[in-house]
Amino acid sequence: MSTLMSGAQMLLECLAREGVDCIFGYPGGVTLPFYDVLYEHHIRHVLVRHEENAAFAAEGYARATGKVGVCCATSGPGATNLTTGLVDAMMDSIPIVALTGQVSSKLIGSDAFQEADTFGITRPCTKHNYLIKRLEDLPQIIHEAFYIAASGRPGPVLVDITKDVLQGQGHYAPVNSIHLPGYKVFTEGHTGQIRRAAQMVQEAERPLVYAGGGIIAAGAANELREFVELTDTPAVNTLMGLGGLPSDHPNFISMPGMHGSYAANMAMTHADLLIALGVRFDDRVTGRLAAFAPHAKVIHVDIDPAEVGKNRAPDVPIVGDVKRVLAKLNKLLAESEAKPSEKLSAARRAWWHRIREWKAEHPLQAVTSDTEIKPQHLMAEIDRLSGGQAIVTSDVGQHQMWAAQLLRFREPRLWINSGGLGSMGFGLPAAIGAQFARPDKLVFSIVGDGGFQMSIPELATVASYGLPIKIVVMNNGYLGMVRQWQTLFYNHRLSAVELDCFPDAEKLAAAYGFKGRTIEKPWELAPALEEAVKEPGPYLLNVRVSPLENVYPMVPAGGAINEMVLGPPQPAAVPAK
Amino acid sequence: MLQVISLLLENKPGALMRVTGLLTQRGYNIESLTVARTLDPELSRMTIVVDVEDNQRAQVIKQMNKLINVLQATDLTDSPAVCRELVLLRVRTPQESRTAVLKEAEIFGGRVADSSPEGFAIEVTGDPEKLNAFIDVMRSYGEIDVTRSGSLAIALEAKRLKLQPPVPTRAGRAEEKVSAS
Repeated sequence: MSTLMSGAQMLLECLAREGVDCIFGYPGGVTLPFYDVLYEHHIRHVLVRHEENAAFAAEGYARATGKVGVCCATSGPGATNLTTGLVDAMMDSIPIVALTGQVSSKLIGSDAFQEADTFGITRPCTKHNYLIKRLEDLPQIIHEAFYIAASGRPGPVLVDITKDVLQGQGHYAPVNSIHLPGYKVFTEGHTGQIRRAAQMVQEAERPLVYAGGGIIAAGAANELREFVELTDTPAVNTLMGLGGLPSDHPNFISMPGMHGSYAANMAMTHADLLIALGVRFDDRVTGRLAAFAPHAKVIHVDIDPAEVGKNRAPDVPIVGDVKRVLAKLNKLLAESEAKPSEKLSAARRAWWHRIREWKAEHPLQAVTSDTEIKPQHLMAEIDRLSGGQAIVTSDVGQHQMWAAQLLRFREPRLWINSGGLGSMGFGLPAAIGAQFARPDKLVFSIVGDGGFQMSIPELATVASYGLPIKIVVMNNGYLGMVRQWQTLFYNHRLSAVELDCFPDAEKLAAAYGFKGRTIEKPWELAPALEEAVKEPGPYLLNVRVSPLENVYPMVPAGGAINEMVLGPPQPAAVPAK
Repeated sequence: MLQVISLLLENKPGALMRVTGLLTQRGYNIESLTVARTLDPELSRMTIVVDVEDNQRAQVIKQMNKLINVLQATDLTDSPAVCRELVLLRVRTPQESRTAVLKEAEIFGGRVADSSPEGFAIEVTGDPEKLNAFIDVMRSYGEIDVTRSGSLAIALEAKRLKLQPPVPTRAGRAEEKVSAS
């Protein structure tokens, strides 16, 4: 059975069959046929104000739900503007499908108006990409794109479609199956290795779970929780993995790495077994690799075989879906009749005791002041209102690190930030995507004054759709993280980091028709945030914080993670104990 | 160190770009690359010789295997394999050396592809060292021009090719469920 329809109609039909309910995009010349069909289609189109933000919003949607986010842009500049969002999704393994228009196939290569080699440009920005020049290929390719984006290690897929394909008429027959003979997805994990892992977990004296974004992507939070409870193993969650284990779970230590907590980094350094789950031993976590977890054997579970052994050679490599592998591991451990020896139990108790001591020695604290708003104070107040349940998006930089340190997340998919790529301007558009995906949720977009000014055009999107996002600008008048590095490593020479002109937040918000305010005194903070949350619509809260505050602890680049600088004024490195 | 990689990949637009892009984005210099269709016209076989640090060799193979269009990537650097290359060489030679040139070509198993009063075009196949020696010898007879094909390699032990089966799309899965119930 087939129906005569246009390429654009086929495209929307395929999107509907993939369960797409929302597209973030920006129209243009060659996508006109697509937008014409969209005009009366049930799939919702969200008009952003810049294509980069369409990609970020699609990411926000995907990160908040686990579903594939969809964005679209026209040829040439529209497509090139998407690229930052594609790389961002690539680095953080976020499933999105980007649709771009291309000039007519006869014009390709002729330097036609708004022509760019989108297929070539986005090859290294995507998990896979396509150029459709024949209408008959369209349905198959669209379904392949969704399958590739969502399966295995998720990632962005771009489909570039020529205008003649969108305009052409053809017979459409639904595609129910696709065939990608070379696309290998490893899910189950090697049974023998899982058995070895179970044994190592039972025998370890100082085990530590090092869990990352893979837990979120795999939907393995319940399995993770079961594992740490079954084995009473302490756990750290990476920046990408926050919420994988609830922040207030007794086994949760905190985030490790460059701005991780003292306890988390010391635990990494002293563990004798690392159970690495959906992580990639990123440099921001490991510090100097040679000195990372020097006493630990490593069990590494990841769905991407190229990650296993990339940075650290594991003792037990397990390539598989962390949800399935953990389920099998939990079953083995639950059924095991091995009882730990008295010696082992004593060692485990001593391990927990040390971790509690490290936590007590240098806790992550919400510093406050009577005269100015400390950024940490701001995070603590947002945390109080969120209660670990709001969606929080961020950009990259100091505010991101303080938020990651001090906010609690009771579930996965609440903490949405640009981890691997570290894109400024991510937070606000990601919040837009997240709010469309989860209209029921309170969404905070915590951004710096730098990143906010990169995403200012999206205030129009927020206003236009009446999205009740609480935009909180942590405004220190600087590109704070760059300033921090200049202060610490470039002899206080603050080069090009001062952001000395910031718009009046009240007037700016009013210009878009919603409420906004600037505060700078600590006693204003709690009431202002409460007012923002009570406001049924959007709210822009500009919080002037102490301008020279630095994020601690900090592991200097190239340092070992137990050599943390714990706070100002630059104390001597704390040696490993 | 030079790594010899054999790839079996789908013959699709952009497949070559994905493979070379993976190497160039890591700053690796490709020494040679050959690609042509296999018995199955939908597939191509590619042999790449590339300069890669020893500790990165396994990573390169894993990354190649991750490419959607690649069915199989194999590292032939240290495994039993035959490596051959073709050289086409044009040598300008005076009348008095013509016989000597032909003799030398014969020693290297070369074949004269073209003969003219100015000289010869000769084709020779062999492993890269033999071809280097041949080129050196010919250079001693006169001005030469050389084209090399780059290495072609074939593993001596068959490696089992595991292809992935078709999978249902989201709507396909839903329809399967409906028809099953």
